[in-house]
Amino acid sequence: MRGTFIRTLEKMAKADKNIFLLTADLGYKLFDNFRDNYPDRFVNVGVAESNMIGVAAGLALSGKNVYCYSMVPFLTMRTFEQIRVDLCYHNLGVKLVGVGGGLVYGLEGMTHQAIEDISIMRSLPNMTVTAPGDPAEVECLIEESVRYKGPLYIRLGKDRDPVVHETAPDFKIGRGIVLKRGKKAVLFAAGNVLPAAKAAVEALEENGLSITLVSMHTIKPIDKKLVIECARRTKAVFTVEEHSLIGGLGSAVAEIIAESGEKVIFRRIALPDAYSKYMGSSGYLRKKYGLTPQAIANRITKELKKK
Amino acid sequence: MTRLEAIARNIRKDTLDLIVRGKAPHIGPSFSIVEILVALYFKCLNISPGKSRNRERDRFILSKGHSCAALYAVLARKGFISRQVLRGFSADGGTLEHHPTRDLGRGIEASTGSLGHGLSIGAGMALAAKRDRMKHRIFVLLSDGETDEGSVWETALFSSHHKLDNLVAIVDCNSLQALGKTRDILNLEPFAAKWRSFGWSTREVNGHNLGQLVNAFNKVPFRAKKPSMIVARTSKGRGVSFMEDQVLWHYRCPDKTECERASREILG
Repeated sequence: MRGTFIRTLEKMAKADKNIFLLTADLGYKLFDNFRDNYPDRFVNVGVAESNMIGVAAGLALSGKNVYCYSMVPFLTMRTFEQIRVDLCYHNLGVKLVGVGGGLVYGLEGMTHQAIEDISIMRSLPNMTVTAPGDPAEVECLIEESVRYKGPLYIRLGKDRDPVVHETAPDFKIGRGIVLKRGKKAVLFAAGNVLPAAKAAVEALEENGLSITLVSMHTIKPIDKKLVIECARRTKAVFTVEEHSLIGGLGSAVAEIIAESGEKVIFRRIALPDAYSKYMGSSGYLRKKYGLTPQAIANRITKELKKK
Repeated sequence: MTRLEAIARNIRKDTLDLIVRGKAPHIGPSFSIVEILVALYFKCLNISPGKSRNRERDRFILSKGHSCAALYAVLARKGFISRQVLRGFSADGGTLEHHPTRDLGRGIEASTGSLGHGLSIGAGMALAAKRDRMKHRIFVLLSDGETDEGSVWETALFSSHHKLDNLVAIVDCNSLQALGKTRDILNLEPFAAKWRSFGWSTREVNGHNLGQLVNAFNKVPFRAKKPSMIVARTSKGRGVSFMEDQVLWHYRCPDKTECERASREILG
């Protein structure tokens, strides 16, 4: 995803001379082209994330279109109050691009894993929160982000994220993408768990369970209309994300379902409210925490049997 | 009394009236910056109400946002803020809070109030000006206690590394912070030397001496390719004998008798 991010941004920066890219000393070799082509518009601020956000605000208040890059925890948590005051209160169109959403940096340990970021960013007034599901969505999102008003958080996976959309998706910030229609349930997925969600839905289809699959790449503002429509049609709603149970996609969908009056089965598939008790790569941790295609499919089957 | 001294006296009196009418805190740290603001707004900054959105204007950021009563008094005298808006200070359903919110029409460049933010924003503005090859300058006023914040030192490194000689930081060194003396809570000295070691060019002035302030502001950048730091030695509560150097007046709003006494002392 991050390769797609930077290639798309380079393309946009060629046309738009106001685009600036700041990094807090992360993204080895990733920005070489951008830096060589636009040396005046690339700044490695050093390992100083809080200052990066303030500088981004000053640039934006001077008419620049700023993208800030770091790993998710350092970008969103170390700097939280700068984001709150400097970006959100001023309502500046600064883009926060975080690499390593969820369990991507599994073996790096707790400091580098990111399970709280969506919840934290979602609580901020004016903030838009996105977690694209594959490189195709990243491309569309970055293209749209250039002219997007207000602060925008973009939660990326990392490298080699599989392509889910075979053709260019019908992408718009704030609108979920229906990848497949089915009658028994709906599965909303956010972020880099999308490939696993798609494989789970395909496995269920083979077993005779036809499921609607939605890529809910924008968690705030959430596509309320689509949530209610899918809930009404299927009467069984599932969410899946590589994020804590608290405050992420599951919570956002739950808020809508609870107030909608629809009587549906509702289950969140997510990480527990805990730092990982296991050690391992992202693949290993996903197995342990039930975020593989098989585990997702099993969970949905089990819950639907209770119906 | 010089013209600037007369203005400073009026601003101090306006600040007192604003705070008393609004039953607001922070009179001490507002009084310590009166001369700094007067020297900037009435002698140095290239800004005016008719040009509050001009790209070429100088920028001023009050990073120690809690002292905004003095800034509002200045902006009113300069014609940025109407009497009606000023009347809404510190009022329910009013206009101006105890910390400033960005409003270019009112001459307020950035929303501040949380310490340790303004200098980063100023550095971003200074970088943008450099990239655009523009000549305006960015002045940021901080408190000494504010420089306890680590983010300030991140920006100190950043600004000298990027040779932002269009950035001017002024620190209101009144030697007091919220709970006591800076030297007892978290010692900052040798203060100017710290900034020099971070690559800034520095000047130390008496922050209540208008001549010294104007002189310093007119000489920035003190050295080409270096950001400038003006260490302004001040007294919290300056101008009212019973408020000077007292932490109490970070919080307390004068009652009627105290207000009358303060008024007499200010007007002399």
